[in-house]
Amino acid sequence: MPATSTTDPLPTGAVPVPPSLEQVVILARYQLRDYLRARRFLILFALVVAIGAIVTIVVAHYRPAGIIDSASGLYGSLWGGGVPFVIVLAAVFFGGDAIAGEFQNKTGYFLMGLPVRRATVYAGKYIAAFLASLAIVVVFALIILGNAVVYLGPDAFVGSLALSFLLAVVYLMAVLGVTFLFSSLFKVSTYGTILTAILFLFGFSLLQTLVQVLADTTPWFVISYAQSVIGAVLSDNCFTQPGTHDCTSGGFSQTVTNPTVPEGVAIMVAYFLVTALVGLVRFEREEFS
Amino acid sequence: MSNPSIVVSSVTKRFGSFVAVNNLDLKIEGSKCVGFLGPNGAGKTTTLKVLVDMIFPDAGECFLNGVSVRRERKRALGACGVLIESPEIYPSLTPNEALGMVGELRGLSPSERKRRTEEVLAEVKMSEWGDKKFGKFSKGMKQRLNIAAALVHDPQILMLDEPATGLDPRGMTEVRDIVRGLKRRQRLVFMSSHILSEVTDVCDEVALIDRGRLLFYDTLENVTSRFARGQASIDVSFRRPLTDDERTKAVPSLAGVEQVETLDPRRLRLRFSGGLETQERILEALVGLHLGVVGFQESNSALEEIYLSQIQKGD
Repeated sequence: MPATSTTDPLPTGAVPVPPSLEQVVILARYQLRDYLRARRFLILFALVVAIGAIVTIVVAHYRPAGIIDSASGLYGSLWGGGVPFVIVLAAVFFGGDAIAGEFQNKTGYFLMGLPVRRATVYAGKYIAAFLASLAIVVVFALIILGNAVVYLGPDAFVGSLALSFLLAVVYLMAVLGVTFLFSSLFKVSTYGTILTAILFLFGFSLLQTLVQVLADTTPWFVISYAQSVIGAVLSDNCFTQPGTHDCTSGGFSQTVTNPTVPEGVAIMVAYFLVTALVGLVRFEREEFS
Repeated sequence: MSNPSIVVSSVTKRFGSFVAVNNLDLKIEGSKCVGFLGPNGAGKTTTLKVLVDMIFPDAGECFLNGVSVRRERKRALGACGVLIESPEIYPSLTPNEALGMVGELRGLSPSERKRRTEEVLAEVKMSEWGDKKFGKFSKGMKQRLNIAAALVHDPQILMLDEPATGLDPRGMTEVRDIVRGLKRRQRLVFMSSHILSEVTDVCDEVALIDRGRLLFYDTLENVTSRFARGQASIDVSFRRPLTDDERTKAVPSLAGVEQVETLDPRRLRLRFSGGLETQERILEALVGLHLGVVGFQESNSALEEIYLSQIQKGD
């Protein structure tokens, strides 16, 4: 066998490879560019604008007093009720195939030949998906804010909306974390996408109801329970406000338990951390065979 | 700068009960091109994937320039250009952007990125496509750009898995030219291929693998002399179909000819020993027979026959 002597380690190339953190930013930037140019972004953008338009037309036509008379009513109904749906849509659109697509579309074979850590790829793609989704959430927020300005005038801007927006951002982080985890579990992107959509649109809500009704337990471990703080901070309704309250309705008194803001944030952050960690470990171990 | 090196040390890789790579040892060092041959399923691509940490060995370890791929992936791949499995690039990006991304991830400065992007796009004859999106490209165009991406940082080691996949004849020739250029620039090229003529044409050494085991690794000359026992062959073309007498008597009786094989009525393969001098004498004598010789070329059959005999031996 020719040439068998062992050599000293060489310098790894003429130029040093950038630190991993810098590579995360580079990857996120190019991935975001790919997302923003892709048809899926336009489709989702059009979908959210259409949802906003329908909401605007319906409110303008019926002018429901509970919505157009107060900031809490308007934001609680339109923003609090709509943004979780928009977030799930965005996460599915941008995160559903984020990792599985690297195997299915063979783009991973391009990235894996480069001197980057798998964690760098995972983080870069997550940040890009987060920013693309955030752009969609901002579009939805602007539509709702436009409605508020029309109906409420100078009273449209309330501090609780900013808090709610921040909570929506935390929820987006968690939903994307779960989506990336499912995406890393399968090499076919459809499975992860469908599983995420089913869980967030029906699954978690169903689980929350079952836990509350059948086990009579506070479903603190279910993300849909935590997510309710997004609308709750805007509400002046005793039944939906954060925390535990004795509420009266129709002569009946009832103790209602909703998550407080710190509880909601803690649950959502926990979902993000656990799913991101498990998804990352899974991606680190997955082979491009 | 030390010699570039690729080391596969006792690597075994299983997929369930199937052993794709079986205790493989391979050490390649220096500026050269090494052809990595073997039938489908022999373990070529698996070996290359283990070498770049796309899949993980069950046993053993790989080193690039002395750096462990598994333990220091980033450092090990820093000096390497890799093309495995004809990858896809994000469809909304343009070649300029994708090569810019590769250059940026590899630490090239903006001016270097621009210069190298232009150079490698010119090298793969894709300069005019620099601003078009990948999604619109044919398979061959994508493969050219994958080759460009592997070259953008002027790697010390280049690992190519079937680089001619999807390329037209012109593209294949260009890949060979690129490999020759890399050899001139003191690079190490490790290339799997099914195209034996391509290997014969550009490679200095060949490694043959079958069922995950290395059958041999040596220089092309040593392989040919060891396994073909010094025999060479030329393919000769004639203007007209030869008669039976011409094929079976006149040509075989020429001095130096050891065996004649009829490829078709107008083409013969002549085997001989004795190197270029014998080849020259045979060709002169052939022309002297006035059989209508219109062309001849050195046959690629030597490596092909060695390949087939070694693979069959393992069956």
